[in-house]
Amino acid sequence: MATRARRIVLGGGLVALALVPVVAALLHQPFYVDLFRRILIWAIAAVSLDLILGYGGMVSLGHAAYLGIGAYAVAVPASYGIDSGLVQLALAVLASAAAALVIGAVSLRTSGMYFIMITLAFAQMFYYLGISINAWGGDDGMRLARRSRLPGLDLADPTVFYYVVLALLVLLLWLGHRLVHARFGTVIRAAKSNEPRMRAVGFATFRYRLAAFVLAGAVGGLAGALLTNQTEYLTPSYMHWTRSGEIMVMVILGGMGTLFGPVLGAAAYLLLEDVLSAWTVHWQIVLGPLLVLVVLYARRGLYGLLPGGTSTDG
Amino acid sequence: MTALLVAEQCLNGLQLGVMLFLMAAGLTLVFGIMNLVNLAHGSLYMVGAYLATAVFNWSGSFVLGVVFALPATLAIGMLVEVIALRRLYERDHLDQVLATFGLILFFNEAVAMVWGRTALFTRVPPALAGQIVVLPGLRYPAYRAVIIVVGLAVALLLYGLVSRTRLGMLIRAGASNRTMVAALGVNIRLLYTLVFGFGAALAALGGLMAGPIYNVQPGMGEEILVEVLVVIVIGGIGSIRGALVGAIVVGMVDTLGRAFLRPLLSSVLGPVAAESAGPALASMSIYLLMAAVLFFRPQGLFPAARS
Amino acid sequence: MADALLSVRALSKRFGGIVATDGVDLDVAEGETLALIGPNGAGKTTLIAQLSGDLRPDAGVIRFAGADVTALSAPARSRRGFARSFQVTSIFREFTAVANVALAVQAHAGHSFRFWRPAARERALREPAYAVLERVGLGERADVPAGALAHGEQRQLELAMALATRPRLLLLDEPVAGMGPDESQRMVRLLRTLRGAHTIVLVEHDMDVVFALADRISVIVYGRVLATGAPAAIRENAEVRRAYLGEEAPAGC
Repeated sequence: MATRARRIVLGGGLVALALVPVVAALLHQPFYVDLFRRILIWAIAAVSLDLILGYGGMVSLGHAAYLGIGAYAVAVPASYGIDSGLVQLALAVLASAAAALVIGAVSLRTSGMYFIMITLAFAQMFYYLGISINAWGGDDGMRLARRSRLPGLDLADPTVFYYVVLALLVLLLWLGHRLVHARFGTVIRAAKSNEPRMRAVGFATFRYRLAAFVLAGAVGGLAGALLTNQTEYLTPSYMHWTRSGEIMVMVILGGMGTLFGPVLGAAAYLLLEDVLSAWTVHWQIVLGPLLVLVVLYARRGLYGLLPGGTSTDG
Repeated sequence: MTALLVAEQCLNGLQLGVMLFLMAAGLTLVFGIMNLVNLAHGSLYMVGAYLATAVFNWSGSFVLGVVFALPATLAIGMLVEVIALRRLYERDHLDQVLATFGLILFFNEAVAMVWGRTALFTRVPPALAGQIVVLPGLRYPAYRAVIIVVGLAVALLLYGLVSRTRLGMLIRAGASNRTMVAALGVNIRLLYTLVFGFGAALAALGGLMAGPIYNVQPGMGEEILVEVLVVIVIGGIGSIRGALVGAIVVGMVDTLGRAFLRPLLSSVLGPVAAESAGPALASMSIYLLMAAVLFFRPQGLFPAARS
Repeated sequence: MADALLSVRALSKRFGGIVATDGVDLDVAEGETLALIGPNGAGKTTLIAQLSGDLRPDAGVIRFAGADVTALSAPARSRRGFARSFQVTSIFREFTAVANVALAVQAHAGHSFRFWRPAARERALREPAYAVLERVGLGERADVPAGALAHGEQRQLELAMALATRPRLLLLDEPVAGMGPDESQRMVRLLRTLRGAHTIVLVEHDMDVVFALADRISVIVYGRVLATGAPAAIRENAEVRRAYLGEEAPAGC
């Protein structure tokens, strides 16, 4: 088994992430802290999508909706002077979970193409809703008055904010690891593998899928709350469906159905964007066909390239 | 006065409906027959709009733009099918979503490279710039009226094609039973390429007619695509009839919602609440409609018969 | 039969213009093995699907242990003691054999909204799973990914999953389909050990298997029950011979 080699690689990766602010300070490149914090935030979003996409086989093309709801849950209270981070984060998680509950309850009644289209459509509904509410910035969005206020932690400090995000990601990966191997995760994975068989042995799969959908939405909302803090700006475009597509690309690029894959994918996607866009403003003309090629010829994702990257779970 | 206003908005709804239908007709067949989730259908709409507008601006003739854009988009559609999409038919929906998402990025950027990111200058063709009298007292822009007529004519033509001809028989059979069509000895690859190209041309027709009234800019295809998906979900995947009914319903609900929800709510909730609730509710109306339809008919209104 | 465990009345299902199940009546007593035979397309699999709850009948009533279960879903019926195997092997290919069976145990061991403890370390799930694997002869193969098992072993695994739910009623759709003669014989021996302890409804084409296992046989033709009776009676039934076995056909067609 190459799992030890993989553990070393992943452990090394985490250490490297933890050292980013140190290295950035040594190199006098504070920009890197900003870039990698952005990567970590998108990684949280990608991991949450992977829970339902990779493990659960639910091809949701509306994950950006939760990102957006999380963002609104920070910026809107902030605009009314409520800047307690705990209140904002709780609101972000609860509101996006509630939205996921409603969207999931409708869309999980269907499957296949219908599911993809319906999740996409509902996310787009929130996008248009955001645009239509002028009091909350409408189409243009609005500036975040100030970053969330957390007890003992000053998010205005880029390094502190970075470690907060990193800690949340590590916590998420740990919880996720427990979850996918526990009874609940086993049911989710098995329902992806063979739904009729699950029903035949006695699982009412709908409720487990819905629960996973809601969990993923809640974590997506957390990512959105972090994202507005990162950009210090709220815009409905966080909810545009091309965002959902991007999160999905990160998951696939990194390797779906794995916990670290989406983290790798988020890093690869955003670094690629960074490099390509430094080279040409028309970087998407490269990215688009690249994506088609990845789908056609490199389905296992980056995680599959790591030593012992594929695993069979028992 | 109000009756005329309602009539005018109904015409607007019908106009949006036929545009949605032109997109949905091709896409629902691609979904139903090829079993392909093609998110890049909006890109073909955009390409059609750009090509027609560019030729129109260059030559001064709208007709020339149409004559050029339709076959050109048809060719581009067939090319895309042969190069990329054909390899995706046997893949799962997730692969299809990702690859066609890649195509969207490509097309949006390609268009931006050639014509820039800002909206392309367009105008209604001068011959149709005026208004016509639809009913006594009801004047309506001639160009929009032409869109309605063209859209309904295409719908009629499609209906005839699908229900009366051999090609249509194969298409209908393909939507319900692919292996059966293959067993008939039909060159299924060619059939797919043709259907796809045909769908591309219909999308282009929608796009080039939309050009003068909406913005011609990168990403224009995605805005309408989502509404088209709602149409297809409501109508049922693979059903032309469903696409028509769904498109008209969505066009009407969307247009009338935006026009009348605010004044309607105003009389119930008062003007202040209606000021914010009206637009919000209007923007959500077609999605709520979709949810309602799904609740009662998870396969849409006209599910294609599958064995 | 007043004391029937499973009792079906006037069950009907149509797909468009095709009548797949046409007023079927069946009674299966506790501990009995009933075989459903009939030509291809007679509607046997459709019937099994309606019994298992995977397909909703258009009309008719299914009673199980005295209760009307017609409106219950497949998982709900599983909780009442239904278990099934599929015509085309249906397993969790990415999971090991023991994980497959442990899932079936898990389905009947409390709820699964448990997010913390690894399921693979729950002895309450694993131990019964190993025991059932032993019982079907797969004890040695417990840690092999199910997708890597031989075809016959996969059929055994499917049966193990059904047994792990401790069912009262087994619905088996062609349990020896696609098996070689040796595998097939092993499966028949295994199924014989289940007779009496479980009530079994069996769809099978192989007449040797049918006559080896069935207490009674129902012949299904065009969605109808043509005849029901003891194996010997069915073998002699002129109508059945004409319609299905063919005048000259020996057992095992």
